[in-house]
Amino acid sequence: MLSVTEVMQLLTPAGQRITVASQAMSPGPSPAGEPCPPSANAAAAGELTVADIDLPAQIADLTDDDLVGLYRDMVLVRRLDEEATSLQRQGELGLWASLRGQEAAQVGSGRALGAQDMAFPSYREHGVAWCRGIDPMAILAIFRGNSLGGWDPAEHGFALYSIVVGAQTLHATGYAMGMARDGSPGAAIVYFGDGASSEGDVNEAFGWASVFRTPLVFFCQNNQWAISEPASRQSRTEIFHRASGFGFPSLRVDGNDVLACLAVTRWALATARAGGGPVLVEAVTYRMGAHTTADDPTRYRAPGELDAWRRRDPIDRMRAHLGAAGLLDEDRERRLAIEADACAHDLRTRCRSMPDPEPASLFDHVQVTDTGLVSVQRSAFTAAPGDGGDGPYVQGDLDRRSGLVTGETRVSGQAW
Amino acid sequence: MTSGAVITNGQRADAGAAPAAPAPITMAKALNLGLRAAMAADPKVLVMGEDVGTLGGVFRVTDGLQQEFGEPRVIDTPLAESAIVGTAIGLAMRGYRPVCEIQFDGFVYPAFDQIVSQLAKLHYRSAGRIRLPVTIRIPFGGGIGAVEHHSESPEAYFCHTAGLKVVACSNPADAHLMIQQAIRSDDPVIFLEPKRRYWEKAVVDPRPLTELPAADTTELHRSMVARAGTDATLVGYGPTVRTCLDAAEVSAADDSRSLEVIDLRSLSPLDLTPVLDSVRRTGRLVVVHEAPSNVSLSAEVAARVTEEAFYSLEAPVLRVTGYDTPYPPARLEDHYLPDVDRILDAVDRSFGF
Ligand SMILES: Cc1ncc(C[n+]2csc(CCOP(=O)(O)OP(=O)(O)O)c2C)c(N)n1
Ligand SMILES: [Mg+2]
Repeated sequence: MLSVTEVMQLLTPAGQRITVASQAMSPGPSPAGEPCPPSANAAAAGELTVADIDLPAQIADLTDDDLVGLYRDMVLVRRLDEEATSLQRQGELGLWASLRGQEAAQVGSGRALGAQDMAFPSYREHGVAWCRGIDPMAILAIFRGNSLGGWDPAEHGFALYSIVVGAQTLHATGYAMGMARDGSPGAAIVYFGDGASSEGDVNEAFGWASVFRTPLVFFCQNNQWAISEPASRQSRTEIFHRASGFGFPSLRVDGNDVLACLAVTRWALATARAGGGPVLVEAVTYRMGAHTTADDPTRYRAPGELDAWRRRDPIDRMRAHLGAAGLLDEDRERRLAIEADACAHDLRTRCRSMPDPEPASLFDHVQVTDTGLVSVQRSAFTAAPGDGGDGPYVQGDLDRRSGLVTGETRVSGQAW
Repeated sequence: MTSGAVITNGQRADAGAAPAAPAPITMAKALNLGLRAAMAADPKVLVMGEDVGTLGGVFRVTDGLQQEFGEPRVIDTPLAESAIVGTAIGLAMRGYRPVCEIQFDGFVYPAFDQIVSQLAKLHYRSAGRIRLPVTIRIPFGGGIGAVEHHSESPEAYFCHTAGLKVVACSNPADAHLMIQQAIRSDDPVIFLEPKRRYWEKAVVDPRPLTELPAADTTELHRSMVARAGTDATLVGYGPTVRTCLDAAEVSAADDSRSLEVIDLRSLSPLDLTPVLDSVRRTGRLVVVHEAPSNVSLSAEVAARVTEEAFYSLEAPVLRVTGYDTPYPPARLEDHYLPDVDRILDAVDRSFGF
């Protein structure tokens, strides 16, 4: 691991339930790049340890069904993620950003949210989206090139995906400022990565959220990589240490432990809702796949690293726990597998049959009040070619005049 | 790799040993060779950006540079665009020549203040004492089916900023030459690379700039006739030069029209001499770019041609551009981007006057 400091856990990697204290992370793989210096001041002001939070109490109300439900969420989300990856390979999606390995961080934190809360995702939060009731097809539509958004943030308590790294942390800060002003019972949570933690926006959000004591949970999934750059290229200290410099509390959780992620996020949200200001949660996890389907991680990371993290797989861990607790028998597993297949089949069918958007829809919603600039262009676009309009061309129209067109061959980028 | 080598099918061979004509290479490779040549020629040249080192950049334009020139000269930076440009300014003040890569057009905006208020103005503010030979490479434009923020054309913002030079290459040979010239410039240069043309190939003179006779090189801030013609003039830059050439081909075959195509190459300063010469002969001008039309490069070209060649014009200057909407989802980009049909419709309209 980065350095062996306290990390909050409720399940060991083998799936054993921890009832009282935290554990040092069991020796795991060492990420590529130089190691961070050991954290000398883990107990510095503002950094929370298990002495500050009664973790088991945070999830004491969970029923057996709830526990199985968390497992089910993770299994279904992984299955949908796998389906999306194969749909991309088959040309149905332009790109896919897999969340594989981060299911516990996303389902644990996502299931901590209530209807009154608002989540601000990055672009990999398919598991949180699932918890907020977003139709997975709406997410695939973005990666298929059909839409730029696709859901109503207010309806779901889930803002649009943010591809510009880090920008959403400021939106979440402002949203949380508004919640506090309005006396809202909720809090906001914002997701971002280890790479994003270097952006100015994120650091400005830390400062503002702290100064205004906004009800906001900063949830950083440190998945060890920002495309090809290891987390050590973003920060010489562990990311959660940064909060103390901004004057608010932080903690580090085992991001592959769904129970611990649920517990710490519940605690952080409760703190925020109660007026305690922001909390930074660093969930230590791993991006098991490529950055996106356009990426080739063999160029920059050692194969052994993935093997080591496979032994910390968040789903295996919960399965082992539930099995040992007698909550998951073969029959339940089989039924879950059937459900996952059905979800995947449904997604595949809907994705394949999704029609392209209406061409003229590209002129919709540019502004609330049209200035005339766009409506004039729309009229020209929809007028038939030859009537002075540019015409709603389709790809095949290129050949309208002759078959000579050569240069418009579509290339696919290496990665983005 | 030593300068003066030839790339054949991805394999290296010494120029002296290659008897046959050099094989065509992609624009991405041509840029890579240009960067290599610039780094070999001047130890002060640094390459910095996200994923440019170990990975070689998401488009592989910086592939192999870190292995060849070492980590101190090819820097995988933390994920922060404002810092990439801001620190490049500081490095340039120490005599370095940083070449910054912004991973995609849509991610240059976090660096906007550093580019527009700092990089562009420090020479002026310091009464000429500070020189900032910083090159900012930006893959730009659409047409690759990408997700949001990966297909934009931000050139007008930078052209509008005094103190910056802005260029766009359109083919491998220019890419190879222009990147070296940009790096050698003592002024900051925004270097736009048409990402959908990265994999188009052409034969490139492999000699580094330092070995090219001045007579063989087009200056960085010169526009060029890409195809000679007599009936109407098409002006493009970056990705739309190819589209204009295709349109000229189709027009010649179908309509027996001879269209001249001019590649602007330099967007700021603009070199309109070849455009004016052409318009004085053809009387008709269509300007083509992917960026929206409102307050764009085509607006500037149209205004200046109207000012300087008004009596030669047989028709108003027409524009074929992206629409004044945000860049649409990828499945609509073929409708948004200028294509052969839209260009030829504009040519028809020009002849209709
Ligand atoms: C402002 C900005 N710069 C660059 C990019 C290109 N980019 C997309 S994802 C990424 C790495 C992000 O890493 P991290 O924040 O750790 O998130 P992860 O992808 O690991 O989930 C980069 C550089 C971007 N999307 N936005
Ligand atoms: Mg990451």
